[in-house]
Amino acid sequence: MTGGRTASGGRTAAGTAVLAAVVLALPLTGNSYHLHMACMIGINVISATGLNLLTGYAGMVSLGHAAFMGVGAYGAAWFGAHLGLPFYLCLPLGGLLAAAVGMIAGLPSLRLKGLYLAMATLAAQFILAFVFNEWEPVTGGRGGTPVAPARIGGLTLTTERELYLLIAPLTVGALLVARNLFRTRVGRAFIALRDREIAASVLGVDPRRYKLIAFGVSSFYAGLAGGLMAYFFRVVTPGQFGFDLSLFFLAAIVAGGMGTVTGGVLGALFITLTPELFAWVTGVFGPRVAGLLSPAREVLFGLLIVGFLTFEPQGMAGIGRRVRNLLSRMVNTNTREEE
Amino acid sequence: MEFLLEISLVGLAVGGVYALIALGYVIVYRTTRVVNFAHGNLMMFGAYFFFTFAVLLELAWWAALPLSICAAAVLGAGIERVLMRPLLRRETTVAVLATVGLAAVLHGLVQMIWRPRDFLLPSVFPERPIVISGMYLPANTGFGALVALAAVGVFLVLFRVTRIGLAMRATASDQVAASSLGIDVPATFNLTWACAAASAALAGVVVASITTLNPSMGLIGLSVLAVVILGGLDSLAGAVLAGLIIGWLEAVTGFYLGASYKDVVPFAVMLVILMVRPHGLLGTPRVERL
Repeated sequence: MTGGRTASGGRTAAGTAVLAAVVLALPLTGNSYHLHMACMIGINVISATGLNLLTGYAGMVSLGHAAFMGVGAYGAAWFGAHLGLPFYLCLPLGGLLAAAVGMIAGLPSLRLKGLYLAMATLAAQFILAFVFNEWEPVTGGRGGTPVAPARIGGLTLTTERELYLLIAPLTVGALLVARNLFRTRVGRAFIALRDREIAASVLGVDPRRYKLIAFGVSSFYAGLAGGLMAYFFRVVTPGQFGFDLSLFFLAAIVAGGMGTVTGGVLGALFITLTPELFAWVTGVFGPRVAGLLSPAREVLFGLLIVGFLTFEPQGMAGIGRRVRNLLSRMVNTNTREEE
Repeated sequence: MEFLLEISLVGLAVGGVYALIALGYVIVYRTTRVVNFAHGNLMMFGAYFFFTFAVLLELAWWAALPLSICAAAVLGAGIERVLMRPLLRRETTVAVLATVGLAAVLHGLVQMIWRPRDFLLPSVFPERPIVISGMYLPANTGFGALVALAAVGVFLVLFRVTRIGLAMRATASDQVAASSLGIDVPATFNLTWACAAASAALAGVVVASITTLNPSMGLIGLSVLAVVILGGLDSLAGAVLAGLIIGWLEAVTGFYLGASYKDVVPFAVMLVILMVRPHGLLGTPRVERL
């Protein structure tokens, strides 16, 4: 028993070490395509983790996550262009703005649950999309708004390599915060509310307060990811933050595993890299199938949601856990046989 | 004033079509307690079935219409059997999320099968607009609304008088009791999905003949969610009433504030209703018991 735990602990540490090595080595060895993908993965990991905090941990399904990313992106762009703030202030301010909007959009959660709440977030998605499209003085309307490159001192972050050096540490930080959140009162309150709201409230967890905090934290993550997207693509348009992106992140956490930090990471990785696989397929089969790729991607994401919900509600993280248990059991029996 | 009346007329006609779409949501929700986020895309599939029979296979519309409705019913029953049945014993949130996934699948499939293009459906209704005391109503919208409202009426009557309708209502009011009285609840679920998909197909043909046939048609289904919330998720009468209200509001807002405001109206109404009166105008308030 003890042996098994140390072994699996050792494996986790080894896995973390390998991951860290890859993350550190990438800017030295990767080409710009690798770094581009790495940046996208980082951004998507942050956002998926945010949705996971709300949906996976606090148990509130959101269909409007992309809209909160949009708020962060437009916020960062606006603070930079109109107030002339440096990007290292714009980015967190965008996140805070998204958190504020998210908490307002989360107000219905004080009365509504489950299905009805999901519907309220859907309404928030479409109302915010409308604002992005129509509030031209601030958002630039349908054409969107350009974003000045991120600048620290004399250094301008424009290439994928430079942006990677910004995004990678932020991603790691966001994950660490998320992981440690669940060792604090707040994180535990989220889980208590998800599992049994009335019991939690009897035990002194104020549902209203923690539900709004969950919306705030989740939207802050979304806003941060949106702001990074703004600096990465150097333009913010309403089309980037549509309902389909909300579904994309929902698919990510359902496939990765709701309610675990690893799940959010795995889901974001998987869902960012699958379209690349599809692009490779086009490369092989030629342009004839090119028109089919984006719908095929949609079908795949839909099937992922349905399939994981039906067959593996704990997602890839659950599969991973099971494989690990199986392995450690095999190792244990082997050692016993040797004895 | 003259304009307002004319605009209102168009709005109410569109609202009639909304009522038919909303009906599909309500019958599935009442029986299975699942809000079917894929309903709009089922509607779109129905319209594409009609397009396939009427245009690609060159059948007459009176043959193509029942065929496409039947095809949609089979699709609906199939979805229930393959997708929803395994989730029967799970929380309803899980089933609802599954319909969100289903919506993405259907939306992707439509583009893969029929290509992401706009198609025009053959005109079933006469070309000339309807004139009511000097006010013009486009023929497609007017007749479409009549067809939709007639279909809603037929569905309501069938619910009242047939055994299947009785089984659906019994399942809606108490699943366990219905089951102990000999009603096959899973089979009733299956039929419910088939009925909802059939009504969706008819609605789809009407909507596509008013606008055009394209893969983003399913989005209308999301705005009709607002209708369902306003009327009350489990109220058929509420769906009709709310359909007319939202249709009218959209038309009036679109006329006075511009077309882009029109699309956001349903969601604004939905948010307000959710905050003020979550069970809608005619729905049953939900009481949570320990």
